[in-house]
Amino acid sequence: MNFLSFFIQAVRTGMSFLLGSTGETLTEKSGHLNLGIPGIMCVGAASGCLAEAMYLTSVGGEAQANKLLIVLIPILVSFLAAMLLGVLYCFLTVTLRANQNVTGLALTTLGVGIANYLSKQFSNGLLPFASATKYFTAKLPFYETMKASPHAFVQVLGDIFFSYGVLVYLAIIIALIVSFVLTRTRTGLNLRAVGENPATADAAGINVTRYRYLATMAGSGIAGLGGLCYIMDNLNGNWEYTVDAVGWLAIALVIFTIWRPNIAILGSIVFGGLYIVGNYIIGISFQNKELIKMLPYVITIIVLIFTSFTKKKEIQPPQSLGLSYFREER
Amino acid sequence: MQKQTAIELKGVTKTFGTTVANKNVSLTVNKGEILSVLGENGSGKTTLMNMIAGIYFPDEGQIFINGEEAVIRSPKDAFAYKIGMIHQHFKLVDVLSAAENIILGLRGEGRYNLNKAAQKIKQISEQYGFEINPKKKIYAMSVSEKQTVEIIKVLYRGADILILDEPTAVLTPQETQKLFDVLRRMRDDGKAIVIITHKLHEVLSLSDKVAVLRKGEYIGTIETREANEAILTEMMVGKKITLNIDRLDPVSPEDRLIVSDLECVNRDGVKVLDHIDFTARSGEILGIAGIAGSGQRELLEAIAGLQHIDAGQIIYHDPKTGKEENLRDKTPLQIRDLGVRLSFVPEDRLGMGLVGNMDIVDNMMLRSYRKGKGVFLQRKPPKTLAEKIIDELEVVTPGPSTPVRRLSGGNVQKVLVGREIAASPTVLMAAYPVRGLDINSSYLIYHLLNQQKQKGVAVIFVGEDLDVLLALCDRILVIGSGHVTGLVDARHTTKEEIGLLMTKTEVKHHEEA
Repeated sequence: MNFLSFFIQAVRTGMSFLLGSTGETLTEKSGHLNLGIPGIMCVGAASGCLAEAMYLTSVGGEAQANKLLIVLIPILVSFLAAMLLGVLYCFLTVTLRANQNVTGLALTTLGVGIANYLSKQFSNGLLPFASATKYFTAKLPFYETMKASPHAFVQVLGDIFFSYGVLVYLAIIIALIVSFVLTRTRTGLNLRAVGENPATADAAGINVTRYRYLATMAGSGIAGLGGLCYIMDNLNGNWEYTVDAVGWLAIALVIFTIWRPNIAILGSIVFGGLYIVGNYIIGISFQNKELIKMLPYVITIIVLIFTSFTKKKEIQPPQSLGLSYFREER
Repeated sequence: MQKQTAIELKGVTKTFGTTVANKNVSLTVNKGEILSVLGENGSGKTTLMNMIAGIYFPDEGQIFINGEEAVIRSPKDAFAYKIGMIHQHFKLVDVLSAAENIILGLRGEGRYNLNKAAQKIKQISEQYGFEINPKKKIYAMSVSEKQTVEIIKVLYRGADILILDEPTAVLTPQETQKLFDVLRRMRDDGKAIVIITHKLHEVLSLSDKVAVLRKGEYIGTIETREANEAILTEMMVGKKITLNIDRLDPVSPEDRLIVSDLECVNRDGVKVLDHIDFTARSGEILGIAGIAGSGQRELLEAIAGLQHIDAGQIIYHDPKTGKEENLRDKTPLQIRDLGVRLSFVPEDRLGMGLVGNMDIVDNMMLRSYRKGKGVFLQRKPPKTLAEKIIDELEVVTPGPSTPVRRLSGGNVQKVLVGREIAASPTVLMAAYPVRGLDINSSYLIYHLLNQQKQKGVAVIFVGEDLDVLLALCDRILVIGSGHVTGLVDARHTTKEEIGLLMTKTEVKHHEEA
């Protein structure tokens, strides 16, 4: 097996997990256990693809399209559509005080349904969005220069670091930003307090409702991009109905990386690798391939076992995760 | 020099539903002064202070801060008036460090800089003599360190008026001394300090003035130098009220339950019960008096087998077999089968005793589900029991199939006590059975307890109203912070005596030792 191409593919696959898990981490830090992430990622994928198809149709094909808009429009639409589901989640759990687990699972079912409906519109007189994927997977300009270098080392370096599309770099940048915000800013400190102990945060003058809404909305939007990344980058524009599987892996990745987006950058590559390694083992049976795809879940369970054995507080989930907060209850 | 007023309350009243928490309270605190607010449980001390801190809003009356009328609708408003309250239950985030907790929610100037905050914390600590490591995480801290963080938190926000809700409840005597030194330094610095407490000796050693509340009413303020324990106790508990509760003499009392040297440590490693010794006799009501949280709940739960016992014994004399059993080795189920019944744990009335969403019949079944044969439940006997209880105890309910959470507090109590009595217990433990009940329901409960007493049941009654304890019980055991501070004959004691025992902190066996 060619390790280099395996690694590159692992990174590409992992980045859709990373976007989902960064979004979910941000959400969970506010105390919201959003199990709607799989559905949200489905909607992010389908709405982004549909927007691309509509845009291409309106300008009359990929050749006439604006090179910037062809990438920006799906990203924005995907983010906003996913965010709307986040708003719905918050409205139900914060404003109407519904149970978070039930709401999340309902949202997953709803999201898969919406995505299926939207995907039926792809062929409804619209140009295929797949022709736009080359803009998503376009490599950085200096990649070619590096490949042309006489040194093999520089060539490999180019492959490892600079051979990816825009969404891969976006995923890493977002993860770094979220990580920075959570650990190094006042906003992050307040958000963590909201997720740990909302009553304390409330007493300190932090608007718990606003923080929960905003974190969940932003988190959902980021996760939606993960769905888009999966279709446009990993699958090269081939629509698949299994985006929700990526969502469940993203939630597992949150636990695996103990609620840290910066660790998740590496963790997602591990997950991506395990998810696709079956394709790179020669002579493996179809059945065993599925078995290997389960490995990310297995190692997540091992991490869970480990974290519950060590009582170290820093690696535990936010204390109020999954709990609604009502001020009147003392 | 005339002292400036910091807080002035005029005719403040606050009601929750039908209960009056504060009635027409007026008091003043000056700058550079420590005021103690003294009162029994439920006298409305915390509610009153919460109104100053913006947690509650008064129904009537005015609050003046520094001489000007203030409207305090939220903790934020209170901050703006430079009021800081240190609650009994700390409001801290465990995984964050001291410094992070202190700056939490602040709209700081400039960049987020923990080191700068740590410097300011250090400066405050040096000024008042705190010892704190700003980088230490809360979960690694002792109770007294956490309290220090809370105090620095309000000082960091520039508070001039500090309210402390029972700050010494969780501290060791040495820590208390340290805290008092700090508070005195703050007073000398011109801050106004209000401390809520029920410990008389602390009031006398620390404060400049004492304000006393009793059952929500403001009794008065006196200068500490004119006060002594006897005066304060009388203000606190009031004159004896005669209640019309029958008290029959115990019929041939026998030792039923002998608790010796009982010791329990809670999850935080704090000793909640320490060297508890007493005997409960059949045909007798043993009252347990004490400030809330002195270990009453843990004591009852230890007897019922629900609390881990670290040392000591609970010997039960079985009237049927005449044998002695050590309850410590038994499971809650075995203890229940012996006839030891725990009813009413009011902190969590529905949670511990009844299931709110289930109807009365199903709740009866919670105690009899093991009795049926085969896999199917027998609904008939519990239904008969439910109907009997509804009938005899006059439970107001649309029917036996109404979920208990829809019943009023009094009726819930009746269902619970009815079920426990129906099992003809030999020991009946009741904690605050009349809390939240109206007069008639209360008397019905007293009557039920008296009936059980006549039947030869050893009744243990944890109460908060001293008048009721004095009128209903035969003997009263007083506990204070997990120790037995006295055992008195209810027929020949006074409210003042019990009041003093309740607030006593030195413990008998230490004196002996």
